[in-house]
Amino acid sequence: MISEAQSTTPASRPASDAVKMRATGANVYYGEKHALKEVNLEIKSHEVTALIGPSGCGKSTFLRCLNRMNDLIEGARVTGEILLDGHDIYDKDLDVVHLRARVGMVFQKPNPFPKSIYDNIAYGPRIHGLAKSGPDLDEIVISSLERAGLYAEVKDRLNEPGTGLSGGQQQRLCIARAIAVSPEVILMDEPCSALDPIATAKVEELIDELRENFTIVIVTHSMQQAARVSQRTAFFHLGELVEVGATEKIFTNPQHKLTQGYITGRFG
Amino acid sequence: MTELSMTQSAHPKVGTTGADAEKRLKARYRAEKRFRAYGLVSIAIALLFLAVLLASIIAKGASAFTQTFIELPVTFDAETIDPDGSREHSALSAADYRTLINAALEKKFPEIAGDRTAKRDVQRLVSQGAELELRKMVLADPKIIGTSAEIWLPASSAADQVLKGNAAHDESSGLSEGALAKLDLLKAAGTLKRRFNTYLFTNGDSRQPELAGLIGAVVGSFYSLAITIALSFPLGVAAAVYLEEFASKNRWTDLIEVNINNLAAVPSIVFGLLALEIFLNVLGLPRSAPLVGGLALTLVSLPTIIISARVALKAVPPWIREAAQGLGASRQQMVMHHVLPLAMPGILTGTIIAMARAIGESAPLLMIGMVAFVVDIPATPVDPATALPVQVYLWAASPERAFVERTSAAILVLLACLAVMNATAIYLRKKFERRW
Ligand SMILES: Nc1ncnc2c1ncn2[C@@H]1O[C@H](COP(=O)(O)OP(=O)(O)OP(=O)(O)O)[C@@H](O)[C@H]1O
Ligand SMILES: [Mg+2]
Repeated sequence: MISEAQSTTPASRPASDAVKMRATGANVYYGEKHALKEVNLEIKSHEVTALIGPSGCGKSTFLRCLNRMNDLIEGARVTGEILLDGHDIYDKDLDVVHLRARVGMVFQKPNPFPKSIYDNIAYGPRIHGLAKSGPDLDEIVISSLERAGLYAEVKDRLNEPGTGLSGGQQQRLCIARAIAVSPEVILMDEPCSALDPIATAKVEELIDELRENFTIVIVTHSMQQAARVSQRTAFFHLGELVEVGATEKIFTNPQHKLTQGYITGRFG
Repeated sequence: MTELSMTQSAHPKVGTTGADAEKRLKARYRAEKRFRAYGLVSIAIALLFLAVLLASIIAKGASAFTQTFIELPVTFDAETIDPDGSREHSALSAADYRTLINAALEKKFPEIAGDRTAKRDVQRLVSQGAELELRKMVLADPKIIGTSAEIWLPASSAADQVLKGNAAHDESSGLSEGALAKLDLLKAAGTLKRRFNTYLFTNGDSRQPELAGLIGAVVGSFYSLAITIALSFPLGVAAAVYLEEFASKNRWTDLIEVNINNLAAVPSIVFGLLALEIFLNVLGLPRSAPLVGGLALTLVSLPTIIISARVALKAVPPWIREAAQGLGASRQQMVMHHVLPLAMPGILTGTIIAMARAIGESAPLLMIGMVAFVVDIPATPVDPATALPVQVYLWAASPERAFVERTSAAILVLLACLAVMNATAIYLRKKFERRW
C-alpha cells in the first residue's frame, strides 16, 4: 500500500503552493476494525476544509491522522501516505513533537489545563522554546488572545484558572492556545458542539479570520456551519471518502446520491 | 418485547398512580429506610469497637505517663564521691552514688540503722535510676559536692505500681511488709510525688521498667521509615508512571500488573524472610539495623504505593493528555507538567497510607533481628535498634508488672504517630486537590 502510494506521489516531489496536506491511500485500523478506507484528500493552503458525514464514519479518525494523534490510541494502525508540504508525516525521521507544533488541534470538548489563563497559552511557546518568559512571552499570550477574540473578556483575569471561564470562552482559549505556537494547520474536531448559538457564531467568525494565516480543517455535524465557514467540503461515509469539492458545489449540486441524501437530511 | 411491556404499563394496575402504586412506593421508602439503618448500625458498631479499644488502652496506659518520686535528704559527701579531691570527670562518673542514697535513706528512717533486712526493704523503694540522677547532678555542677539538699528521686517500679494501684498492697507487689509500711509513712508525710515520666521519652530500653523509654524505638522507627520513604516513593511512582503512561498494554504488562497486585497481598513476614536472605545473608548488611528494616519495609510498601499511584494516574482525565500532546508536548513533558501534578494528591495519600502501614509492621523487622534488647539510642541507621511495634511486642512479653502499663503507653505513642500521618494525608489531599 505504502509503496504504491509512494510511486504515484514521491515524497521528493515539491508540493504545489496550494496544497498544504495530502492524504494518499490512507487507511486506519483500530485493532481489527477498518475505520478509514483508502482516503485520498487534498487540504489546500489558507482554506477551511470541512469534514462532514454521519456519526462513526471516520471524520475524527481522519482528522487525527493529520497530526498523528492516533499514535496515542492503543492498537491503532495507520497505512498510506500523508504529506505535509510534500513530506511524509509518518516518516521514521519525522519528529512527532515538531509535527504537532506545525499542525495544532482544537478538540470537541473545551479542554483548558487546570492552570491560569496565562499559563494555558504560554505552555506551548514555553515547551517549544519560542519564548522563555517576560515581555516576549507576554506578547505572544496577548496577541494569541487577541486573535482568538478573547482578550477583551479576560485581560483583567489572566492569572485566574482557565477552567473558570464559560464554555464558549474556554473553547476560544483553546483556540488561542493552539495559535500561540504558530502552527501552519489547525485541526478542529466539532469545536462548537458544546457551545450555544452566540458562542458558536463568535467561533465561526474567528475561524473565518484565522483562514488568512492558517490552514484549517474542521469536523462538523452542522450543515449550516460547514456551508458558512468552509471553502471545501469532504463527505465521509462508513470510513470512505465519498465526495469532495467546493463547498458551494457540494451543497447545491452533489454528485453522489449518498451526499445528496445526507445534506438533505434523509439520513445521518 | 417492547410492545408487550408497553401494553403492560398501559394497564391501570401497574401504572404510576392508584392504590397499588402507592403501596409499592411505600415499600420502596421502607426499604430505603432499612438500608440506611443498616449503614448506621454498622458505623455504630465500628465506632463502639474503636471506643472500647481506645478506652482500654488509655485506661491501662495513661498511668505510665507519670512516675512516682521520693524526696530524700541527700548529702553529696566528698569522701564518697571524690576521695582524692581531683574533681576529675572520670572519677566523678565512676563514683558510688548508691552509698549516698543508702545514707539518705538512713537519715530519713533512723530506726533502720543496724537492721540489715529493714535497710534492704527500704532500699527497694528507690529506683536504680536515682543513682544516675545524682551522678547527672554532680557532673553538671561539681560544686554541689559537700553540700546537702532535699532531692526528688525516682521510686522503684514496685513502689510506683503499688502507689498507682496497679499492684496489690501486699507481698505480691514485690515489696515486703516492712517496705510497704515505710511507703505508707512516706505517703503520709507528703514526701511522695507523681511527676511526668520523662524517662519514657528520653531513655532507651531498660531492664528496669521505671527507666525504660521509647526514644530508641522511636529513633529506630524514624530511620527505618525515612529509608522506606526515600526508596519506595521514587521507585513506586516511577514504576507506576512507566506502567500507566509508557508501557504498551500487552501480555507482559498484564503479567506484571497481576504480580504487583498479588505482592500487595503477600503477608509481610514473607518480605521479612526475603530481606533476611538478600540483605543479611547475601549482601552481608548489619543485623538489627534500621537500614535493613527500612529496606524490608520498602519491599512491603512498594506494591501498595505502585497500586495507589496507578489509580491516581488513571484518574487524571484523558483529555488532559490529549491537550498536552496536541500542543506538541512530548510524552515526558505531558507526564511531568500535567499528569503527575494532577495525580500527586492521590499519590501522596496512597504513600502516607503505605507509610502508616509500614510504621506499624513488626513481622518483617522480627525476621531481620530488630527485636534485640537495645539500650543505646541508635546514632546512625546502621546501629542496632528496635522499632515502635517491636518495642510493644518486647514489653508485652516482659514479666514485670510495670511493663503492662508501658506496653499500653507505647501503643498510644504508636497510635499518635499514625494519627499524625493520617492527618497529614488528609491535609495534603485537601491542599493539592484540584478540580477540572
Ligand atoms: N479508539 C477507538 N478504538 C476502536 N474503534 C474506534 C476508536 N475510535 C473510533 N473508533 C471507531 O472508528 C469508527 C470511526 O470513528 P470516528 O470517531 O472517526 O467517527 P466520527 O466520524 O468522528 O463520528 P462522530 O461524528 O460521532 O464523532 C467508528 O466506527 C468508531 O467506532
Ligand atoms: Mg468524531
